[in-house]
Amino acid sequence: MAEYEPVLLRRVGKPNSQSIETYLADGGYGALTRAVTTLTPEQVVETIKASGLRGRGGAGFPTGLKWTFLPKNHPGPIYLCVNADESEPCTFNNRVLMEEDPHQVLEGTILAAYATRAWVAYIYLRYEYGRCFRTMQQAIQEAYAKGFLGRDILGRGFHLDVYLHRGAGAYICGEETGLIESLEGKRAWPRIKPPFPAVEGAFRKPTVVNNVETLACVTHIMDRGVEWFRSIGVPPDPRNPRDAGSYGPKLYNISGHVNRPGTVELPLGVTVRELVDKHGGGVWKGRKAKGCIPGGISMGLMTEAEFDTPLDFNGPSKVGCLGLGTGAVTVFDEQTSIADVLYNICRFFAHESCGQCTPCREGTGWMLKMADRIRRGQGRLEDLEILREIGNAIGIMPGTTICGLADGAGWPVKNAITKFRAEFEELIRRGVRREPLVGSGSH
Amino acid sequence: MAVVYVNDRPIDIGSERLNLIQAAQKAGVLIPHYCWHPALSVVASCRMCLVEVGERKPDGTVVMQPKVVPACQTPAKDGTVVVTNSERARYAQQQTLESLLLNHPLDCPVCDKAGECLLQDYSYRFGRAHSRLVDDKNQPPNKPYIGEQITLFTDRCIMCTRCVRFTREISGTAELEVVHRGHHAEIDIFPGRPCNNKLAGNVVDLCPVGALCSKDFLYKQRVWFLKSQASVCADCSTGCSVFIDSNKDVVYRLRPRSNPLAQGDFMCDEGRFGYHYINARERWTRPLARGPSGLSPADWPSLLATLRRELRAAAQRRSWAVVAMLSPFLTCEEAFLLAKYFKGLSEQVRLVLGPVPIVGEDDTYPKDARGRPVQPVKFTIRAEKCPNRRGVEEVLRHFQGEVVTFDVALRRADEGQVEVMYLAAGYPPRPHGWITPEQGAVLAKVPRLIVHDLWDSPAAQAATWFLPAASVAEKEGTFVNHAGLAQAVRRAIRPPGECRADGQVFWELLERRGLFHAPAVRAELAREVAFFAPLGSADLGEHGMQLPGAPAAGADSTTPGGAPT
Repeated sequence: MAEYEPVLLRRVGKPNSQSIETYLADGGYGALTRAVTTLTPEQVVETIKASGLRGRGGAGFPTGLKWTFLPKNHPGPIYLCVNADESEPCTFNNRVLMEEDPHQVLEGTILAAYATRAWVAYIYLRYEYGRCFRTMQQAIQEAYAKGFLGRDILGRGFHLDVYLHRGAGAYICGEETGLIESLEGKRAWPRIKPPFPAVEGAFRKPTVVNNVETLACVTHIMDRGVEWFRSIGVPPDPRNPRDAGSYGPKLYNISGHVNRPGTVELPLGVTVRELVDKHGGGVWKGRKAKGCIPGGISMGLMTEAEFDTPLDFNGPSKVGCLGLGTGAVTVFDEQTSIADVLYNICRFFAHESCGQCTPCREGTGWMLKMADRIRRGQGRLEDLEILREIGNAIGIMPGTTICGLADGAGWPVKNAITKFRAEFEELIRRGVRREPLVGSGSH
Repeated sequence: MAVVYVNDRPIDIGSERLNLIQAAQKAGVLIPHYCWHPALSVVASCRMCLVEVGERKPDGTVVMQPKVVPACQTPAKDGTVVVTNSERARYAQQQTLESLLLNHPLDCPVCDKAGECLLQDYSYRFGRAHSRLVDDKNQPPNKPYIGEQITLFTDRCIMCTRCVRFTREISGTAELEVVHRGHHAEIDIFPGRPCNNKLAGNVVDLCPVGALCSKDFLYKQRVWFLKSQASVCADCSTGCSVFIDSNKDVVYRLRPRSNPLAQGDFMCDEGRFGYHYINARERWTRPLARGPSGLSPADWPSLLATLRRELRAAAQRRSWAVVAMLSPFLTCEEAFLLAKYFKGLSEQVRLVLGPVPIVGEDDTYPKDARGRPVQPVKFTIRAEKCPNRRGVEEVLRHFQGEVVTFDVALRRADEGQVEVMYLAAGYPPRPHGWITPEQGAVLAKVPRLIVHDLWDSPAAQAATWFLPAASVAEKEGTFVNHAGLAQAVRRAIRPPGECRADGQVFWELLERRGLFHAPAVRAELAREVAFFAPLGSADLGEHGMQLPGAPAAGADSTTPGGAPT
């Protein structure tokens, strides 16, 4: 396989990569100019639909299809929300894009707004991304100055205002309806669907919510065309009629116990082993890997034996993971206790569950208490069964919660119990009594 | 016409817009629920009402959805299939209940709600018998001051957020909120902004568990000792349907009774906490007669005989100098009997309407952040602080063609034109009082003053005879509210001491045999007074009956609260 030439990360690391001059000199805003001057919004939607672009935020919903759910001939306003609340642990691809090359994100935002006829775009930025805030703010000001934002963009009667909104640091604000609630100034409790945001979203108006990386891809699809995009990635599995294919480049984050953590851009469908060994420089300290989190911890766990799974929208589910997620691989080495991994996962979700739906609110708390007990060597074998049962019972898939946070909370737990059961049982039998770690406990 | 299949049983819901909880209710199937309430918005967050749902196609095949769905959020349509007792639905309900009980302290023996707690009821009916939790429960500290009347047992809360939505949607005052996240989420107030709005007490009723408790009722009674009587609140002309909960002739609390014709689902704190006078020791509970040494106890038979004799003699002597006052706290039946008695003495006897207490202006809810009312109105506390002005006025109109106010009677008394005055008062003691000392001084000029009241007042001080009246909880009869809705008042407790129900006293004044029986008098009233004609044909039922052709005097068009979902 030939060496892949990065597209999304092309300017990253170059001098002055954030400024609009560099971006324009590199052919930036060309796609926008072409689209606004030669294409109708419907044609842009059709192009994105034809490209097979699927959302990069985690769920992998086809972007073009999402845009078509908006009501036709709506008198407006229609809102576009850019989901930059990247809170999935060990995920930082949006951050790289916004910090290093904000204009390609902004161009994608303007293109998406043009396609969806949105008047206002809100970029909901994670609070912790201070540098992103500054670069994006700078980029927005530059774009206003150059006439790519504001009234009558490119003289075509297309208006768009972009607002950068900084969240307050909650994982649930990355869920699209939670994001909308938070944007409206309320507590970020996800809404019941239907109505979907495309029908009734922010301020009770039709709203599209897209991820930062998705919009960056939109820029490049409009720039390089559908054929280029479809030439990258994995075509649909003919045996799986529900697979829509995984086209395009993807930013993979590598973190955890590797020699060279970071972000790499690769075609969809790369295997975990290639990511870890080739791009991550192998497992650190010459050790072997025990397993990994393939795409943000909501997606579950993979054992070392499953490292040959391709990371596309369809691959991880073949080994019992929830999906591709954000494509952020976190490796833990053979010396890591799986009980510690489980405890960390449970602690995260117990902390971030919004507390609206009973199964998730109480389930995540209970899982944390059990995981903590197991980690301290006071577990019982029946705890494993209870953990697995909760992992299966909570979430939007069995229908017991409003949003997908509970699926994400349950999935790694049941993966951990089923895939690393022997280690848990050993730990429980051994019954090693360790003191609680400093600063731990049920948060 | 839409047919919904609840556990394989078809049920026709007509053209009503119902959710599956309501549709199942029609089929007699209880779908357990916490967060859903008919007057509040749907959040579908408690996940107690999970059921299996499908659709029956016209060809008879049934397609079930692959997962459980919350019944509160799912509209009932033609052909909807609901399964509440399948293994999957039951498992989901069990799972939710187990979750809810994880951090719920099992302090039922000291919990006020025990006995009427939905968590108890559902756990017993839908839950599992054993908890699998071996870890410590969360123990958030209690919050004794949510408001003057409300205390929060934080650990008992199941986060249904009914109370939060109530303060946002019905009272509009938005004092309550959720703080923290996940299993540490709690109900709280903003610092320095307690929940003291005039509808605040409703959050206690809305709470399905014992988290929000009324300080007024806290630790007073176990609810299984209480007897509930469906009656009507007498504190304003809205005429909220209530339950009067009592034990051994002591009223312990008032609770709103859902009535779409009257007030909706709620009641105001004025009415809710305004019952204490009923149990008060200061009530005058003996008939009294003025002797040389002031008022001294008398006995009913001889006192009534005296009254009959005196009144008849006065009516024969100077019938226009006999005046009877009928307060708007009398039931229609009582007013009818009393008016009948006096008009039976002589056509010339003057009947007047007692003072109608008006306090401020009608208070509508919801309100916005600045306390201004917001449309649409969902609840109204009326300025007219009496339950039955409309009904008594109609009785007066029937008997003398017009409604004469109490001021006219006072003026005549001041001029020395009144020889005997009968004040059927029955006013509850309120800060404003029904009669001023000046008016009492005027009444002192009346040679023979009969005061039929609950309480000491300037009038009672001037009385020649005092008859103890019965409070609303001790009466039977009918109240007609501001909009012409006739509702049945039912006796919850026996009158204290030597008190007798007012109707019985009037019955005996009329020298009728036997006991006063409100439905019989109501039928008589319906026969004789055209306005009340519809009441003769049917039982008033739970929700009362709207009287047609009610004159628009004082009525306004504000719709009763509790918007349907």
